[in-house]
Amino acid sequence: AEAAELRARLRAVRHTVLVLSGKGGVGKSTFSALLAHGLAADETKQVALLDIDICGPSIPKIMGLEGEQVHQSGSGWSPVYVEENLGVMSVGFLLSSPDDAVIWRGPKKNGLIKQFLRDVDWGEVDYLIVDTPPGTSDEHLSIVQYLSATRIDGAVIVTTPQEVSLQDVRKEINFCRKVKLPIIGVVENMSGFVCPKCKNESQIFPPTTGGAEKMCQNLSVSFLGKVPLDPQIGKSCDSGQSFLAEAPESPATLSYRSIIQRIQEYCEQHHLQEEKIM
Amino acid sequence: LAERANLAGVRHIVLVLSGKGGVGKSTLSTELALALRHAGKRVGILDVDLCGPSIPRMLRVQDSAVHQCDSGWVPVFVGQDKAIALMSIGFLLEQPDDAVVWRGPKKNALIKQFVTDVAWGELDFLIVDTPPGTSDEHISTVEALRPHQLLGAVLVTTPQ
Repeated sequence: AEAAELRARLRAVRHTVLVLSGKGGVGKSTFSALLAHGLAADETKQVALLDIDICGPSIPKIMGLEGEQVHQSGSGWSPVYVEENLGVMSVGFLLSSPDDAVIWRGPKKNGLIKQFLRDVDWGEVDYLIVDTPPGTSDEHLSIVQYLSATRIDGAVIVTTPQEVSLQDVRKEINFCRKVKLPIIGVVENMSGFVCPKCKNESQIFPPTTGGAEKMCQNLSVSFLGKVPLDPQIGKSCDSGQSFLAEAPESPATLSYRSIIQRIQEYCEQHHLQEEKIM
Repeated sequence: LAERANLAGVRHIVLVLSGKGGVGKSTLSTELALALRHAGKRVGILDVDLCGPSIPRMLRVQDSAVHQCDSGWVPVFVGQDKAIALMSIGFLLEQPDDAVVWRGPKKNALIKQFVTDVAWGELDFLIVDTPPGTSDEHISTVEALRPHQLLGAVLVTTPQ
């Protein structure tokens, strides 16, 4: 009966993309937010951003929605809307103070994630983006399990170039394979820094073992692209603005846009293939 | 009694925490351990990041295995003089790329074992590296360590 409830709620969701990484601090939330903004630039598309990082929810701040509360109606919980076609849900909206720690064990976290999927009235959604915490644990198992009621197009895996990150990302790739979650591809974040003054490029996180590109080759996973470090990205996140809108000419923006387009193409193709099969 | 015994010889326990991932907890834990060793202290590192154990690679022992003795698990000895004792789940994985896909209760059980079943011997400092967040690993680690010499926590962050 529960599965039926979830299926009903998620029936109106056309595409679902999970943003994962084994590693923390590589830019999952930043990427999720920009993916959502990028997709919502097309006003005909309805985009939903779900933040299931229960302990460290970054999405409210990054989307400029700190302090917002969730409203309940007859049809369920209302997402918080950034734009008319971009709705957001996060545990961050349920806390009375942004510094409140959510110190929950797995089962309680799972319960909230299920509620997010079952009780939020997303309406008709073209793209559901799910931002996750680092790791391969309760949140990840639960979201894959609960979303089996609908279809997940796939996962985008974010990393940084150094081996200490890739080490954890390989585990994440294995997790995806274990739970039969298709991998849309890998994004290499913080990939080089171009000094705005002298224009020299430095590798802040040197890819000592070949970076994400080599890892993708070795594991036969699609490499979606590299995004360079740009101090404006962190600033935009802190101030809750879309980096793509604030710095349209930045090399990082161009990279993000190209990666977002590839993800869109993957989802559309996927959909066409499914329709053919049906 | 065995539980108490394994940590009885540890004088100070320091937790390295952050809410946030990727800020340098493991890096700091490693450097802290190396610096304390350099200052002549007896040091151990406990890596309770079950999903993303980074410490073995940072100390170049990612291919090591652990053994059991009568009082429990024998840590891997690392550092230039092989005098820093290290325990990490990284050592228990068959393949380094194997994902540890466990829910909370299973993680809790392993952490409890890690805390009480490692034969640390006499240590001045035990540095405990943690994963990001405030969940199972953190609750279980603090609960298991509370009866012992828990000095306190160092919190790591980045500026943004």
